Amino acid sequence: MTWNFDILPDFIFNGLSLGAIYGTVALALVLIFKATTLINFATGELAMLGAFLVYVLHMEQGLWLWLSMLIAMALSAGLGILIERSLTRPFDPSDHLPVVLITLGLFLILNAVAGDIWNYQVRILSNPFGKFPSWVPSVGGDRFIEVFGSRLKYQSIGIWVTLALALFILGLILNKTKAGLAFRAVSSNVESARLVGVHTGRTLGFGWAIASAFGTLGAVLVAPQLGGVNPNMMATILIYALAGAALGGLDSLGGAVLGGILVGLIQAVLVTWGGVVVFGQLYMSILQLAAAFVIILITLLFRPSGLFGTRRVERV
Amino acid sequence: MVDDVFDEVGLKVENLHASYGAVEVLRGLDFEVPAKNVSVILGANGAGKTTTLRAICNMCNTSGTVTLGDRDISRTGTAEIVRQGMVHVPQGRGTFPELSTMDNLMVGAYTRKDNEIKDDVDRWFEIFPVLGERSSQMAGSLSGGEQQMLAVARALMARPRLLLLDEPSLGLAPLIIEDLFDRFITLNKETGLTMLIVEQNANLALDMADYAYVIESGEIALHGTSDQLKNDPAVQEAYLGA
Repeated sequence: MTWNFDILPDFIFNGLSLGAIYGTVALALVLIFKATTLINFATGELAMLGAFLVYVLHMEQGLWLWLSMLIAMALSAGLGILIERSLTRPFDPSDHLPVVLITLGLFLILNAVAGDIWNYQVRILSNPFGKFPSWVPSVGGDRFIEVFGSRLKYQSIGIWVTLALALFILGLILNKTKAGLAFRAVSSNVESARLVGVHTGRTLGFGWAIASAFGTLGAVLVAPQLGGVNPNMMATILIYALAGAALGGLDSLGGAVLGGILVGLIQAVLVTWGGVVVFGQLYMSILQLAAAFVIILITLLFRPSGLFGTRRVERV
Repeated sequence: MVDDVFDEVGLKVENLHASYGAVEVLRGLDFEVPAKNVSVILGANGAGKTTTLRAICNMCNTSGTVTLGDRDISRTGTAEIVRQGMVHVPQGRGTFPELSTMDNLMVGAYTRKDNEIKDDVDRWFEIFPVLGERSSQMAGSLSGGEQQMLAVARALMARPRLLLLDEPSLGLAPLIIEDLFDRFITLNKETGLTMLIVEQNANLALDMADYAYVIESGEIALHGTSDQLKNDPAVQEAYLGA
């Protein structure tokens, strides 16, 4: 075994930037889970569809990338509202199975529709953080800066800044707006929310909207790491995000972000860098995916509420 | 206290039925809550008291007619009923544990569009000073009595004309219960707020109420002014422990 510490920062940076994306998608899962105690399995495919919208608007129609992203996020939000209204609201919210099946069905349908329209080839989508903008003074290369002798990519910095900004805006929406207050009330106690006059259906639609927009943001950020967009791009990302959400606590927004980042770190450091240490070379292993399941399993076994989730106490 | 906030309104319930699945819990209730009065519903566990309040707010399967003031609200959704001026403080208080005391009060004013919401918060902080001290604390960390005060204050933030209270004394120490009921009486006397209270503690309830109904197996078994019921031998035996 060779403890190859000089390449470790590379893996940490990589883990932190992938983890931030898992955190973004985990946030989309937790937003809906908090309000409905329901896992929306279609989160990933909705996000994939959002990424394809950016592809169409930016790559095909030639719109400015960031404008395309904003439009795609808004359209995803609208689609989220539509799905909540038409596919989940008619069902009894206390009966989870039908709605979970619906989100699973939606997963398959969205994947098939995207596959039919765009087929399953990977299509290149511009990287919003490919090169440093020209106004940034060069301190290494035009795509990275040197930190601890390793390359910290502009892409990683861009992802972190974007996530931080998105979290800040989410915080403002949830804590400073009336709709945000209503959403927190519905998440805390649906029946009491109704008793103070909150229209719970509309409020859940609002949650679906924010969650879908966040998912789309995550998908656009992860696309360059996957070589581009394709209908299956979010399948494994969703599993890592689920692991992150479970680790952080399914009902904690902050926990989702931290859990996602931790999953990214565990993958990059324990699995990938650990692989280099053990095998002496970069050994791209399927164990990355297995690690996600191990994280879910260990969390559910030893701390079912996750690191930051509310512990359910049954008072008898 | 400001006394022009609440309008007078009465509640009229006719032939109210309610069921959970195949089980019929209410079997045709008729009763009235006169405006500016405090009425109370007494009854044993499982008699249908809580269901009565839930049925009035359309929170379960019901049939029958419920009239608030001059408006039929039998088919009005639960959230919409708040806008009609009736607010329900559910059993077990129903506060939002993950929200701060302040946010609990703010969400209580969700249906309002006026700009006196902050004034009302200050007013309830004055009346329940302990809530003011705990304004940034999460509601889940408050004691049972504080949570009950919060639940009542939150309901009043909607500026209701009629307040439904489901067992406000549940789980509270006797001294706190007395204090709470004193506040209810003051509120009713000073603002004329109409109240319908479900209560197991019959002594306390009859002391404060103008009118009382006794429910047995989903039907009104007895009704009358509080004094009449206090002197009724059957009520004394079953509910007052005489």
